Amino acid sequence: MNIKDNIKTLIIEKPLKLDCGQTISNFPLAYETYGTLNENKDNAILVCHALTGDQFVTGINPITKKDGWWTYAVGPNKSIDTNKYFVICANVIGGCMGSFGPSHENPKTKKIYGTDFPVITINDIVNAQINLLDFFGIKKLFSVVGGSMGGMQVLQFVSNFPDKARTAIPIACTYSHSAQNIAFNELGRQAITADHNWLEGNYSTKNIVPDKGLAVARMAAHITYLSKKGLQEKFGRKLQERDDLKFGFDADFQIESYLRYQGSVFVDRFDANSYLYITRAMDYFDLEKQFHGNLSNAFKNTKTKFFIISFTSDWLYPTQENKEIVIALNAIGADVGFVEIESDKGHDSFLLDVPDFLKTLKNFLDQSFVENYNEN
Amino acid sequence: MKTEYKIIADMIENNSSVLDVGCDDGTLMEFLKANKNINIRGIEISKEKVQICIAKGLTVIEGNAEFDLKQFPNNSFDYVVLGQTLQAFINPELVIKELLRVGKKAIVTIPNFGHWKVRLYLLIKGTMPITNSLPNDWYNTPNIHMCTIKDFVKFSEIIGFKIFKSLALKNKNISNINNSNLFFKNLFGELGIFQIEKK
Repeated sequence: MNIKDNIKTLIIEKPLKLDCGQTISNFPLAYETYGTLNENKDNAILVCHALTGDQFVTGINPITKKDGWWTYAVGPNKSIDTNKYFVICANVIGGCMGSFGPSHENPKTKKIYGTDFPVITINDIVNAQINLLDFFGIKKLFSVVGGSMGGMQVLQFVSNFPDKARTAIPIACTYSHSAQNIAFNELGRQAITADHNWLEGNYSTKNIVPDKGLAVARMAAHITYLSKKGLQEKFGRKLQERDDLKFGFDADFQIESYLRYQGSVFVDRFDANSYLYITRAMDYFDLEKQFHGNLSNAFKNTKTKFFIISFTSDWLYPTQENKEIVIALNAIGADVGFVEIESDKGHDSFLLDVPDFLKTLKNFLDQSFVENYNEN
Repeated sequence: MKTEYKIIADMIENNSSVLDVGCDDGTLMEFLKANKNINIRGIEISKEKVQICIAKGLTVIEGNAEFDLKQFPNNSFDYVVLGQTLQAFINPELVIKELLRVGKKAIVTIPNFGHWKVRLYLLIKGTMPITNSLPNDWYNTPNIHMCTIKDFVKFSEIIGFKIFKSLALKNKNISNINNSNLFFKNLFGELGIFQIEKK
């Protein structure tokens, strides 16, 4: 996917030393904004996207022509109210919506990077994003918000820049990718690299895509975003446009057809190598290890007000893992609120129409914003 | 109710940190926040109540005091408040010990089961007392460990904590509880309010 005309891009000239040891500079960071930055520049919210998200948070995504990934939560009068707040979202580096990633050309070799692209981390992603604050002249964000991998970025952001955000909302995330999380990501990567179209990552030179592998990766991952109960209620054993089983391997069941569809639409919008790189960044995420086994130390110097949200049916980033972050923050007397929202929609709850979640997110932001003004 | 809040507020010094354990819908937190210059936080078991607190701009975490107080280091707060919920815990002894570990001081209020109306109810009717402050039947009440003002005073000796201040509330009248009037306060007090500390 090449950079389209309607993708805003900030070229980051300043060298960025990556965790892998390489230094990158003059690289593009694609971003989008919603709402208006006020005169005091204190109403900005940085939204961090998850694995397969992009900078097009809400409204119609100009590339895919579909609704933005967080349309339920972000927009005029919504939880993250764009009448009130200035929302910024950047495509993560390693991604495929305009930010520096494996589908870009290596200026030295004049070839597409593919797997020559440096392995990036959540830390690198966040360190690239901070440049947007300078670009907009924002001294301090009102909030930094994100779910799943976006939540990991929120944690890393506050840890790296303890005085750059008044509030932080990590949602349905973890401070350390678990063995189960890594296992699912590895399954996805294996599906991609096993596709004979992958060509060691050089598929774009032949103008092909490892679409079968990428689709399987998406299908497997998609199951982990839902809950057993949610799947059962939505699909059960319902058959797909047929009255009886066909004694073959077509999609007899609606759930099969649904997953196949999810896989097929995904390959049209996502780059296989980006999938490898971003899942790797998630797997490498271990904030506790970064602070030598003491997660509290990651937040030692921050006055940021945290609000952590998890979901009852999320088994990918379960409540207990979110609670560990609360515990680490309480251990150092940090300002932290926490709630587990009741939902059958699994990990994906944060992206969907879950009224309790959307209401609570809005209430926290709006109340904190008022407080912010009273203090000033 | 308001009188109880006022007494609690009077026990708390300005510029202190406070944890409200079982903060319910945050009414006490709001009252304290409005009347005192303090840093107040809450812990509440009900998701719905936590969401109400968040909507009021209060910092609250969802959690069960019996299991989740242990995440707080020793002396995390100047005061820990437990308003009329001690009787609802499976293990009140553990909760009191945790309150005194997490807070430098603790303020505990208890609905007095020794009140004459309660005693009379049981004596005359022979069934478990139902009153304004204890509206549930025995089989569906969350209050599984009711105690009297006298019980709580005795409890302090058994567990080994110091009662720094003790007040009985009757209608809107507040009075001190001491050894010589304990019998009467236990008979006429509707609510006991205790400020306690580690020995």
